[in-house]
Amino acid sequence: MRSHGQAVGRSVRRVEDARLLRGAGRFVDDVDRPGQLWMRVVRAASAHAEIRAIDRDRALALPGVHAVLTAADLDPVPRIPVRLGPFDRPLDAFLQPVLADGRGRYVGEPVAAVVADDPYLAEDAAELVAAELEPLPVVLDARAAVEPGAPALHQGGNEALALERGYGDVEAAFARAAHVVEVEVDVGRHSGVPLETRGLVADYDDALDRLTIWGATKVPHFNRRVLAGLLGMDERRIALRTTDAGGGFGVRGEFYPEDFLVPFLARALHRPVKWIEDRAEHLVATNHSRQQRRRLAGAFAEDGELLALRDTLWHDNGAYVRTHGVVVPELTLSMLPGPYRVPAYEGRAHVALTNKTPCGTYRGPGRYEATFARERLLDAAADELGVDRVALRRRNLLGPEDLPHHRDLPVLGHPVEIDAGDFAGMLDAAIEHSGYEDWVREAETLRGQGRAVGTGLAYFLEKSGGGGFERARVSVDEHGRVRVAAGGATLGQGIETVLAQVAADELGVEPGEVEVTVGDTDLVSAGGGSWASRSTIFAGGAVRLAAEAAAERARDVAADLLEAAARDILLQAGRAVVAGSEERSVALGEIAAACDAASAGRRGEEPGLTAGRTFVDAPMTYPYGVHLAQVEVDPATGGVRVRRYFIGYEVGRAVNPALVDGQLAGGAAQGLGGALMEAFRYDAEGQPQCTSFMDYLLPSAAEVPRVGTHVREDAPSPGNPLGAKGAGEGGVDGAGAAVAAAVEDALGATRAIVAVPIAPENVRAITADRTVPAGA
Amino acid sequence: MSDVHLIALTVNGTRHEVAVEARRTLADVLRHDLGHTGTHLGCEHGICGACTVLVDGRPTRACLMFGVQADDCEIETVEGLASEDGALSPLQEAFSAHHALQCGFCTPGFLMLATALLRENPHPTDDEIREAMASNICRCTGYQSILEAVRAAAGGNAGAGEPGSDGPGLREAAPR
Repeated sequence: MRSHGQAVGRSVRRVEDARLLRGAGRFVDDVDRPGQLWMRVVRAASAHAEIRAIDRDRALALPGVHAVLTAADLDPVPRIPVRLGPFDRPLDAFLQPVLADGRGRYVGEPVAAVVADDPYLAEDAAELVAAELEPLPVVLDARAAVEPGAPALHQGGNEALALERGYGDVEAAFARAAHVVEVEVDVGRHSGVPLETRGLVADYDDALDRLTIWGATKVPHFNRRVLAGLLGMDERRIALRTTDAGGGFGVRGEFYPEDFLVPFLARALHRPVKWIEDRAEHLVATNHSRQQRRRLAGAFAEDGELLALRDTLWHDNGAYVRTHGVVVPELTLSMLPGPYRVPAYEGRAHVALTNKTPCGTYRGPGRYEATFARERLLDAAADELGVDRVALRRRNLLGPEDLPHHRDLPVLGHPVEIDAGDFAGMLDAAIEHSGYEDWVREAETLRGQGRAVGTGLAYFLEKSGGGGFERARVSVDEHGRVRVAAGGATLGQGIETVLAQVAADELGVEPGEVEVTVGDTDLVSAGGGSWASRSTIFAGGAVRLAAEAAAERARDVAADLLEAAARDILLQAGRAVVAGSEERSVALGEIAAACDAASAGRRGEEPGLTAGRTFVDAPMTYPYGVHLAQVEVDPATGGVRVRRYFIGYEVGRAVNPALVDGQLAGGAAQGLGGALMEAFRYDAEGQPQCTSFMDYLLPSAAEVPRVGTHVREDAPSPGNPLGAKGAGEGGVDGAGAAVAAAVEDALGATRAIVAVPIAPENVRAITADRTVPAGA
Repeated sequence: MSDVHLIALTVNGTRHEVAVEARRTLADVLRHDLGHTGTHLGCEHGICGACTVLVDGRPTRACLMFGVQADDCEIETVEGLASEDGALSPLQEAFSAHHALQCGFCTPGFLMLATALLRENPHPTDDEIREAMASNICRCTGYQSILEAVRAAAGGNAGAGEPGSDGPGLREAAPR
């Protein structure tokens, strides 16, 4: 008899909190090894230059300095391979070397690594390393970079790839269109910027030829394989240990140059080596993201029916192709049609290399960018056709008759297959639950009082999970303690809690009694990691299967002990009880004790109350939702204040609704940052202008409003045991588009907001030639 | 770098003597010399507030203060918030109950900031809570759950902010 507990679906408290609230989390900078040295990276100070020579003598002369490593010490200089892709053609010519090899291509590129007794000394020594540079012309704009005659960063030129995606007869659709509407839009360069910077500690044991690394997060197994290859070591001799991590958001835990340098130096120096990135480094070294310029045209019939989309974009990938390959521009193209019926589509992405920090994924990669472009186009089209912005969307949303919906567009190697959804129902629900119509009336009233208040919304399609596998082992010891070891990584998303909830329900215990370890390569031999909103689906799926198997074993053994039939055994409150005669029961720990080697052997079974399972190949899921915003613009300063914000989201099944709400609200804060505040700016020489939090502006409690949410579970995914869809990214996807629409509405303008972040100077430029309508 | 100074400071009630370089930050003294790793460094230039500790009762960025400046000072860190028997403080409990943390990296700083706020002003208005908490950065939660946790630890309802002028008050739902 299956006995289901009550944890899944409830907002239980997080199991991570007990340690984090006491300051007892173990983040990478909390890891110290006896005899450890500290690494400091010397970074290129100019955006594009030949490196003629590097003088390390003065640094080496400082007492306590152990090594200064440059590319000249590495033959060949390893280049970091692509993790996702490549798509269409190899990207080898554009990969980043672990140290600048003859030429530096962006400010912040690692040029040398200094190792010293302590971090203060390492920083002193790094300042003494002098590179003799011969400046080269810089290219900072993606569109200019792919023009003929642009200064070339690489022998292969500046265009890593021109991606082409599409289906249907776009020419014919545009030819018969009653209206063709075109917008040119920009998404600014911003990124995840987790509050904890990156860091690593590596310890190499000579005698055992064993390398242990702390600080891995997102994709430990992939990184171990890459590192083994670059170091020429057997993968099995390397262990990656995850630690607590101060936010991931896509940027943390990819294989960066430092992920080679730290273990390489630990091995070369026979001493543990520690590296903690500082914030100024982080803002030029860790992946940037998002930056795209594009031209998007829509063909519409007389009644507003969308006939086709044609998209050309220039993706600014910075100086190199990093581990994400070209997945961000590809996702941008593939996700562009979103939740709408788009009979024909043609998208082209120029993946350009420029003299700026290289880019990778940031929460909602491709969706934030595509949603901004498409929703801006729909707003422009609605205004031009003279129809209501919401009505135009409703006219074109996928309906029940369109599902399942196939698009011949690849998303991480699989075509888009939208299996379930109630897109119109979500729009209605989001409008109703947010009180959006009241927001609109309130804005009208306030505009009547001379205030520039407006509303806007954006519909987005999200993707999560998809492909790959995850493994998990669930074990119960003779004290009844439940342990889960699974793939995935703790990044703040609460994955330990989710996995504890899933295991707890199968075994009839409380989530707080389940101890979860994720991402340790010694405990879990292989896995995909925590990214793409996949961990609840994959690690959750694997834990579900393993816990089911362990529970089945527990019921079988309990049935023996209680002289009952296994089908009559219920697992509840830490015990196995016989249904109907509750006085006959045995504790989970006693069942585990009865699985000792001798007893289990006599039954012909392996010992231990434990099971390991692998969950494979869940199809990609497509959650969706709506962002709604009400903003007020100060025409004098150009400042934008978000007064009200709401997100409706379909998640399939919420294992822990409070965690889903937290993901949506936190994602919205980041999305609002990208919409209004956050940008990595460069001067004309390619010098980064945002290398502190005084220049790279993160939203605070003063800027982020309460984010209302309405989470629906009306289209559970049939492809995984929990029915779950990812929850990590929907909070960010529509923020740029919704805020832009609301600002335009506040200003009584159309086609005015074409770029995020919406800088005060852009708003003032609009208000300068326009009086805000009074009494509208 | 031989300008080493001997300082004495009290951390969570325990007195320590430490020899520190003049340039060593209080954050590094707490974390690396005394092992109080709950104090986190998010920016090292005084913006994010993850390293907020109480110095003689006042919230202070431990990254912007040198260890030598803390000579003879009373320092309180996140490790001192729970009671001797391990029970979480009401504020810590409220953070857990309201899901006011995700990655937990900023949390010690917010806990110390809020502890100081509630000592100075046990019954803050929602606007006062929001203004005080705007000193620190959280990259995960979007802040609302933090504000609600502080409100709950302060004993629940108090004067709400003026609705409409500053957006919705903490507990005010969107107008229906």
